[in-house]
Amino acid sequence: MTARRGGGTTARGRPPAASPVSVPAPSRGPEASRLPAACRRAERPERPEELAIDAVFDNLDIFAEGLRRTVELSLFAAVAALIGGTLLATMRVGPVPPLRWAGTAYVEIVRNTPLTVVFFFVVFVLPRLDIVFSYFTFAVLALSIYHAALVCEAVRSGINGVDVGQAEAARALGLTFGQNFRLVLLPQALRAVLQPLGSVLSALIRNTSIAAAFGVQELTGVVQRLTTANPDAVIAVLLGGVVGYLILTLTLAVGLAITERRLERTR
Amino acid sequence: MSGTPLVLADPPGPRGRQRILLGSIVAAAVFAGLVALALTRLADKGQLDGELWRVFLDQPALRTLLWKGLLATLRAAATGMVLAVALGLLLALGQMSKRRAVRLPATAVVELLRSLPVLMLILFAYLGLPALGWQVSTFWALVLGLTAYNGAVLSEIFRAGVGAIDRGQTEAAAALGLRPLQIFRLVQLPQAVRRMSPTLVSQLVTLLKDTSLGFVIAYSELLRSGRGAVEFLGSDYALPIYTVMALMYIVTNGLLSLLARWLDRRQSRRLGTGHAALVLDTAAGPDGRPPAQP
Repeated sequence: MTARRGGGTTARGRPPAASPVSVPAPSRGPEASRLPAACRRAERPERPEELAIDAVFDNLDIFAEGLRRTVELSLFAAVAALIGGTLLATMRVGPVPPLRWAGTAYVEIVRNTPLTVVFFFVVFVLPRLDIVFSYFTFAVLALSIYHAALVCEAVRSGINGVDVGQAEAARALGLTFGQNFRLVLLPQALRAVLQPLGSVLSALIRNTSIAAAFGVQELTGVVQRLTTANPDAVIAVLLGGVVGYLILTLTLAVGLAITERRLERTR
Repeated sequence: MSGTPLVLADPPGPRGRQRILLGSIVAAAVFAGLVALALTRLADKGQLDGELWRVFLDQPALRTLLWKGLLATLRAAATGMVLAVALGLLLALGQMSKRRAVRLPATAVVELLRSLPVLMLILFAYLGLPALGWQVSTFWALVLGLTAYNGAVLSEIFRAGVGAIDRGQTEAAAALGLRPLQIFRLVQLPQAVRRMSPTLVSQLVTLLKDTSLGFVIAYSELLRSGRGAVEFLGSDYALPIYTVMALMYIVTNGLLSLLARWLDRRQSRRLGTGHAALVLDTAAGPDGRPPAQP
């Protein structure tokens, strides 16, 4: 595993352990010189303050690449987490005890474990079992495992939020558990669940940043790399990253608002 | 939750019970199979060897290391919690201010901080502050990042809690001649905190979990200690050490939740109110985001 540490040294975000106080200066020199030519401007440390923003515009393509990575991570992980979380929620409200227990155990364990620890298990323990994927796949896996538990809780709260009378009426009509769940509860729960689900998805987008520490060059990884390469424009680069995340989270917020309004209309 | 299965389906008759029993057996068998598969795989790779797991007994230094890591984690979490609550209160007050000049900036700050990854905020404190000429230790970089994010989220939680309080409370307090700040401190806040306590606690659990991000900036908390131990002892020890590490997090978070539940129960007993019915479902706030108030 120690061998696997290559690839993402800068992405790993380990500023030199010797100097705990980060000064973007000499100690980072060797790291910067190892960086690809992609990080332009590295060789021009003397930059007037008002041009610091150039560090962002000159590297716009790198930012865009990182943003794309973040979007990909988010999309793949969101789909997997939504499917897994809905399954878990079904297990937790269903009538079969072992499924219920398993669902509860999964959620309670995963919810109380930091996402970083989940990453550790996926990235460092799975290879010990000869299960090896790319860093990207590992990241998607870890993100899905973690957020499935959150999705499950959101969906379950939605199900619990549906008026009891609805389920009772469905039962009175003779619907089975499956029909009741599929035809009556889930559609209503989905509507009630939109908002909590939205915040889970927003959390998912923001949590993709942790993948930066595990060898995926997404937005945060790019920001880390560029701050190393442009020690005189740290703030500008950080702000560039902020704008990137704002674009994503605001897009999600607008999308949710539109969906909500549409659901409101069809009701 | 406990009543849900009964709501979703009629109490099963004899045939239904049989089917549930069958389902239980199948499910149990499948799970047992999966567990067995995982265990054989682990055993095949020698991951379950006794000597690997005895490392905790054999190496007192490892125990000390993990213990120190846990203490560092708790120190960062405790500092972060205190500061985040303080910031959250300030921001909530700002957001509820009658003055536009206060309300708008406060809302903007909250919305901005809430929509950024905690890791970005930690990096801001770690890389950005020194660039502005303010040196911070890794400890404070971590704590400041956590404070910024969680302060904003807590502000929303407080605000949602205050918003859910009956308006008569505020009006009565105003009629008694209390100033806005007094109303907030004496009337709104206590009720808001009690009402939002499950959400509050789950947010504090999130904060504790997020201290693990300290490993990215080389603050030697639990996670980094464990990682260091694995690098030192060899990657064979990854599974035992990470498992114990995860358990330490789970137990700590569990204790935090238990403590909160105990406080909650004690308080409701003292006040003698059945406020439990008012408490919002924790599940409504995944990741600790407050459930939206209607």
